[in-house]
Amino acid sequence: MTPSRSSRSIDWPLVLLYLLLVGLGWVAVYAASYSPEAPANPLASLGFSQLMAFNWFKQLLWMGTAAVLIVVLLVVDYKAYDTLAYILYFAMLGLLLVTLVIARPIAGSRSWLEFGPVRLQPAEFAKFTTALAASRFMASINLRQQNWRDQAVLAGLTLVPVALILASNETGQALVFAALLLAYFREGMSPLILLLLAAGGVILLLALLVPKLWLVGGFTVVLAVAFLLNAKLWRHHLILSLSTWAAVIGMVFGVNFFFNHVLQPHQRQRIEMLIDPGKDPLGKGWNVTQSKIALGSGGWLGKGFLNGTQTKFDFVPEQSTDFIFCTVGEEWGWAGSTLVIGLYMALLWRILLVAERQKSVFGRTYGYCVASVLFVHFTVNLGMTMGLMPVVGIPLPFFSYGGSSLWSFTILLFALLALDAHRKQDLLR
Amino acid sequence: MQYLEGRRYVVLAIFLLVGVLFAGRLFYLQVLDDSYKVAADRNTLQRQVQIPYRGQIYDRHDSLLVTNTPVFDLVVVPREVKRLDSLRFCQLTQMPIEDLRLGLRAAKIYSRNRPSPLIQNLSTRELATIDDMLGDFPGFRIQARMARTYKTENLAHALGYVGSITPKLLESSKFAHYQPGDNVGISGLESYYESTLMGQRGVQYRLVNVRGVDKGPFHGGQYDTLSVAGQDLHLSIDASLQAYGEKLLAGRRGSIVALDPKTGEILCFVSAPHYEPQVLTGQGSGNRYMDLLRNPDRPLFDRPLMATYPPGSVFKLVNELVALQLGVVTPGTGFPCNQSLIHCTHRHEYPSNVNIAIKQSCNPYFYQVMRAAVLRGQSRNGFEDARLGLGQWQKMVKSFGLGEKLGVDMSQEKRGLIPSPDYYDKRLGYHRWNYKTVYSLSIGQGEIGITGLQMANVLATIANHGYYYAPHFVRGIGAVGQPLAQFRERHYTAIDTSLFKYVIPGMQAVVDGRGGTGEFASLAQYGISVAGKTGTVQNAHGPDHSTFAAFAPANNPKIAVAVFIENSGFGGTAAAPCAGLIMEHYLRGHVAPSRKRWENWIMYGDLTRRGHH
Repeated sequence: MTPSRSSRSIDWPLVLLYLLLVGLGWVAVYAASYSPEAPANPLASLGFSQLMAFNWFKQLLWMGTAAVLIVVLLVVDYKAYDTLAYILYFAMLGLLLVTLVIARPIAGSRSWLEFGPVRLQPAEFAKFTTALAASRFMASINLRQQNWRDQAVLAGLTLVPVALILASNETGQALVFAALLLAYFREGMSPLILLLLAAGGVILLLALLVPKLWLVGGFTVVLAVAFLLNAKLWRHHLILSLSTWAAVIGMVFGVNFFFNHVLQPHQRQRIEMLIDPGKDPLGKGWNVTQSKIALGSGGWLGKGFLNGTQTKFDFVPEQSTDFIFCTVGEEWGWAGSTLVIGLYMALLWRILLVAERQKSVFGRTYGYCVASVLFVHFTVNLGMTMGLMPVVGIPLPFFSYGGSSLWSFTILLFALLALDAHRKQDLLR
Repeated sequence: MQYLEGRRYVVLAIFLLVGVLFAGRLFYLQVLDDSYKVAADRNTLQRQVQIPYRGQIYDRHDSLLVTNTPVFDLVVVPREVKRLDSLRFCQLTQMPIEDLRLGLRAAKIYSRNRPSPLIQNLSTRELATIDDMLGDFPGFRIQARMARTYKTENLAHALGYVGSITPKLLESSKFAHYQPGDNVGISGLESYYESTLMGQRGVQYRLVNVRGVDKGPFHGGQYDTLSVAGQDLHLSIDASLQAYGEKLLAGRRGSIVALDPKTGEILCFVSAPHYEPQVLTGQGSGNRYMDLLRNPDRPLFDRPLMATYPPGSVFKLVNELVALQLGVVTPGTGFPCNQSLIHCTHRHEYPSNVNIAIKQSCNPYFYQVMRAAVLRGQSRNGFEDARLGLGQWQKMVKSFGLGEKLGVDMSQEKRGLIPSPDYYDKRLGYHRWNYKTVYSLSIGQGEIGITGLQMANVLATIANHGYYYAPHFVRGIGAVGQPLAQFRERHYTAIDTSLFKYVIPGMQAVVDGRGGTGEFASLAQYGISVAGKTGTVQNAHGPDHSTFAAFAPANNPKIAVAVFIENSGFGGTAAAPCAGLIMEHYLRGHVAPSRKRWENWIMYGDLTRRGHH
């Protein structure tokens, strides 16, 4: 195989979208970490150690190393992803376990490994290894055949890293693994599971917002009406419908227990703030309030590059990492934000397209895993920034400052590109 | 697995749905809802107002009365306070530890990043000791600001005072650009000339970060404005005359107003009892204000503008002029001192003309003068005749600036009362009153009320033979050096200018004639002829008020003065010598030592004891 053949078969539109997002992301990080007091030409006037104080400079280094990673990912034998899937998976489990034991808590989370000035978060990479392992396993089973053992193995495969990450107090990163359900759904998982999860979420939210008796009464009425309309059908599923009813009632009344005893205080606060951010705008509601102010003050076209006052003057917390989209919204306005959203939509659409054209179940499942993980990150991050979701600290793929996240998303994406480049050979296998 | 193919569209649909939802939410946040833009400015824009140097106030001889001096406050910025040794701090500042704790708490509530005053108006010695040690107390510093300082102990009523703007004032549109804590003229000239004295505030818009740290000008400072210092005021007040007047009435209640008839400039404006202007500034001014407010002699009451008294016999001059104008009497008209309805206070020669009548202040004479002016047979109905006559009388009297505000450059002026026919209709009923009901007006008693300033203005009008300039304190504003336009305009009365000469000889006789009622105001020993009129005002609140109004020199008037001394008996005994001293001081620049006895008499004498009206 010569490089020229390989480069011809690389999906260039996806690479272009990747480069655009990483490039725009760097511009946003630069703006977010820009300080008017810094020298006009820092690259010429400052030494390396002084430059390392700037996020935009470190991000340049991460981008450079990501380029090396890309080369490695594309040069490696594409069959290795399939072959090494389980080994990588278990190695990662080991790493997560080790991290849990040796990591120093940083902001309440024991998930960072420190090598001198560099910090890495193994959980970021667990998404990749789990996606590989799940895809490998998926290729060996048929999800539709209702084989309980296979399904249990798949569930276990997914939940073990989740459990380890939860144990390290990285709820956000653990939440992202729910993305894999979308890939499983594509491969034949019952849609009921997605629906039940969605319904459960809605009911939990409603239980927090609406008086409980109304909710129970309303649900009972809906069920009774449905029963009367088609009594015959419902009689066949009497046990199912009654147990659903009981489950809903249980959830509604279990919410308080869940809210007060299962959730940690800071998680409880974040949900409270989502429901009523005006309750404590200077304290617990600060993040959401300031994030919305920064976004909302952008207007149609934004305040212009480096002119964002809210982000430049530190009103928005975590502005180059989790809240990076505030800079986008404030400086580039609605036009710029919508462009960025459009780029993500194009990326996701292109990944699905690439995934669908894989000849192997492994490749396709992995492609869906990549799309879903990116999608969940995108949704949770932007939802939080806009005050539509509780504050969950996960990065915006390619945009947020940080080596771990840039590397992990680069690996996710380019492993898919590597598989895609050789899909025709796969056919010959 | 063909049927699973369709699920790719379900996944794609979920992706797109979220994308559209987010774009829509952003459209609402960024484009439709403006409140976030306002909130963003509130976050980062800090409006810094530069208070201009307030205009100074000078007297007519350019001696400085009111200026600004820096005063020093000890302020604290809570965020910068580190490891406070409060015991040592309190020893240094002589501040009770409890005050320090309360002060720090209040400062934190106000702002963690902005300075709050802890001790205001440090004395020079406190400043020296504290300033040296402040290096040991991060977060505490000395801040200078300009405060009003008075170079005079007098004229408090006219000057008014400056204080922090009240929440009530802040609500009015006139003070829209003021901020809480700003100083504003509260009363007197400080209030009337607020916009002149205040100058123009400078505003700087600064960007601040989340910790309140300055991050440079907003938009390169293109919206910033520089402050412009306030303009000075040059008063027509003669500071030494003012001090002398306040000294004379120090132990009394009453007022002295002296005008320059040629210009309407106020030369002297005494409200007794008085207080010193600096009493209402600086630390403890609130308590001192309350003390003044509770004082039964009401020192805060601005008597020359706000106390309305019946003018008493002085008003006979106005009645005579009205009657002359109406042609119902001539200077040679005589009326018997017949005591028919109204008594005369003393026996005197027959008032065969107006000069004798004025000199003797003959009550029955002026009863008949006004009777002639009011009852002119304009209606066969006697009631209606009185109604019509009084209506014309009232209009002519008001043309002297009575019953209305004169428009002095101070806001507290009272209009007084010159009763109209309607006034009596309301009180007594239509056609239920006639001249016999209102005759007290003929000798300046009854339902009539005028202020000290109006009284002085009447005398200035007579001195001018029929016109006046609205009295005013400020003869020059800033570099322009002119009073306001309304003070350069002559006001003529309804009386022919040729008629005024008929009352002046009588007024001269009051002072300089043998047995005149105002002989104690005489300056004849200096060759100065004084024209005046005494008055003794009956009132319901104790002994009569003593009043005297005069101008001098009679042939070329340079000063018109009106004196009211409350509850001090006859006008000739108390008010007349006081007016004489004021005129002497102004015209000769000093009071001769031989006249000290009159000063003592006015300051310490039992005024109700002797003399005649």
